[in-house]
Amino acid sequence: MSTMTIDKSGPTRKVKYGSMSRDRTWALRWSYFFLTLFAIFSLTPPFYMLITSLKGSAEISAATNPWWVHQPTLENYVQLLTSNQFLRFFWNSAWVSIIVVTITMLISVPAAFALARMKFWGSATLATGVFLTYLIPDSLLFIPLFKMFAVFGDWTGIQLVNRWYVLLFIYPTLTVPFCTWIMIGYFASIPKELDEAAIIDGASWFQTLTRIFIPVALPGLIAATIFAFTVSWAQFLYPLVFTTSTDQLVLPVGIITTLIKGDVFNWGQIMTGALLGAAPPLIIYAFLMDYYIAGLTAGATKG
Amino acid sequence: MVDVAFQSNRTAAAQSGRKRVGLRNALRRKSMSAFLMTLPLILLIAILVIYPAIYSLHLATLNKAMTKFVGFGNFEFLFKRETFWLVVKQSCIFAISAVVFKALIGFIVAHFVHNVPANKQRKWRGMLLVPWVIPPAMSTLAWLWLFDPSYSAFNYTLSIFGIGPIPWTGDAMWARFSVILVNVWYGAPFFMIMYLAALKSVPDQLYEAAAIDGANWWQRIWYVTLPMMRNIIAITTLFSLIVTFANFDIVRILTAGGPLDHTHIFATWAFRVGIEGSDIPLGASVSLFMVPILAVAAIFILRDITKRGNEA
Repeated sequence: MSTMTIDKSGPTRKVKYGSMSRDRTWALRWSYFFLTLFAIFSLTPPFYMLITSLKGSAEISAATNPWWVHQPTLENYVQLLTSNQFLRFFWNSAWVSIIVVTITMLISVPAAFALARMKFWGSATLATGVFLTYLIPDSLLFIPLFKMFAVFGDWTGIQLVNRWYVLLFIYPTLTVPFCTWIMIGYFASIPKELDEAAIIDGASWFQTLTRIFIPVALPGLIAATIFAFTVSWAQFLYPLVFTTSTDQLVLPVGIITTLIKGDVFNWGQIMTGALLGAAPPLIIYAFLMDYYIAGLTAGATKG
Repeated sequence: MVDVAFQSNRTAAAQSGRKRVGLRNALRRKSMSAFLMTLPLILLIAILVIYPAIYSLHLATLNKAMTKFVGFGNFEFLFKRETFWLVVKQSCIFAISAVVFKALIGFIVAHFVHNVPANKQRKWRGMLLVPWVIPPAMSTLAWLWLFDPSYSAFNYTLSIFGIGPIPWTGDAMWARFSVILVNVWYGAPFFMIMYLAALKSVPDQLYEAAAIDGANWWQRIWYVTLPMMRNIIAITTLFSLIVTFANFDIVRILTAGGPLDHTHIFATWAFRVGIEGSDIPLGASVSLFMVPILAVAAIFILRDITKRGNEA
């Protein structure tokens, strides 16, 4: 557009045109330069995790260049992946995350549908309330929740503290509000004519939800699922507070409490564990980046 | 949670089930089925979010053994402790400086990514978002190893340039710097993605009009980009302020509050006092101090949302 206007302005402006395109080339070069710097900054810790995970313990404490592996070895991976304890953490994490995702979707999809389409008394207030709950951080609730579950155990005799499944009750408080919120946004963007047509054809509300809303809002559903999974996988504070026995721990807490023994840091194994712990979200991100980003931006732009 | 919801559904069904027709009518009524669909959500929020929040107010008024009501005793005790004021100061420094740097870096990087030809943006965006994807507890471990007192890879690199070993987590000021650095590293990609989405929504015509009027790049940013992005900047900053203020993972793993409590923030100190020190009421009182700032941020966010809701 701008080049066109300058082209028309005659031969005397030819120089100006050249300088502008040169400006643009330089701007592009500078962009690449700074982006490379930022990319290095972003990728240094994960790169260093990978480097360290491939080193033997002798090489880690040697005074050689720490940024390179001289004798790569898979010994750390073999040790962790054959350790029952580590596999136990991994399974705990996987189970907790998968069940929490299921619970989250079962609660938030119908609720979002009701809040987006079926106006009822207090529905607007409830939608705002859901959003406000999303703003309440875990670090505000962990102490009263801990006490609540302890008291609940004393009253009913059902001991939930220090069991991995206690996390199934607690994680939904982190995932459900946000998932409901973004699903409300996605459902609200579906044209009214679609569900009106379904109702006229005699579909019940439930059928409208399963036959029309869920298929149409599938990208939103995937984004919400990814969000719920990454949040449950990464959560650190609640499992740290609620679980202590080594067979009940999830991955992040397990790595930190069992691989760090007093002042002894087994860095090779810690970095391997951290990398394996970071792998599921990274793999999901690598394959479903667009959904991941959609979920990220939907929270603030929708609604 | 689900069980509870399920059972209450069932009792509701059982009550109206006496008349099958009545039940069917009730279910056909829009408001009734809508209510049933939101019931699990309402129960979850009421039992596991609102109740604990109120319960925490109650806990804060008890003594350590939780047997006696002490009123504002815990708060009076906190106000007299030097550590508490240190924590207040550090939380504010931590949250404000981290959010400012995250926003700045996010803004700058978003511009650079926006400058790059569209077909290459995906690759860069993908790389730059990696810090946000890795669970913070895992990536903080990598930083801890990079900062290690005896084998620090950073110090190794700096020593090539003759810069002496830096006590990354050993010295109070450096430890505060490190904690903020890790938080900026983790949070800046979120700002970048949000701002990039906002930049793409600014119509090109506005820039063309500004260019015709002879605006330089700074004027274009100041008079076109920033006003167009104002909403998204405000809401992202407020979001991040809440999350950063309530941060736990990074400080806990990197310094655990040390050296000498000089990096403790509200969340980590509440954990230290309430869970590790098993003084639950005092821990609850500490974490309650996060409420005012959260409330202020929430009010602003809510105003923005209702405003946009009215526009739509």
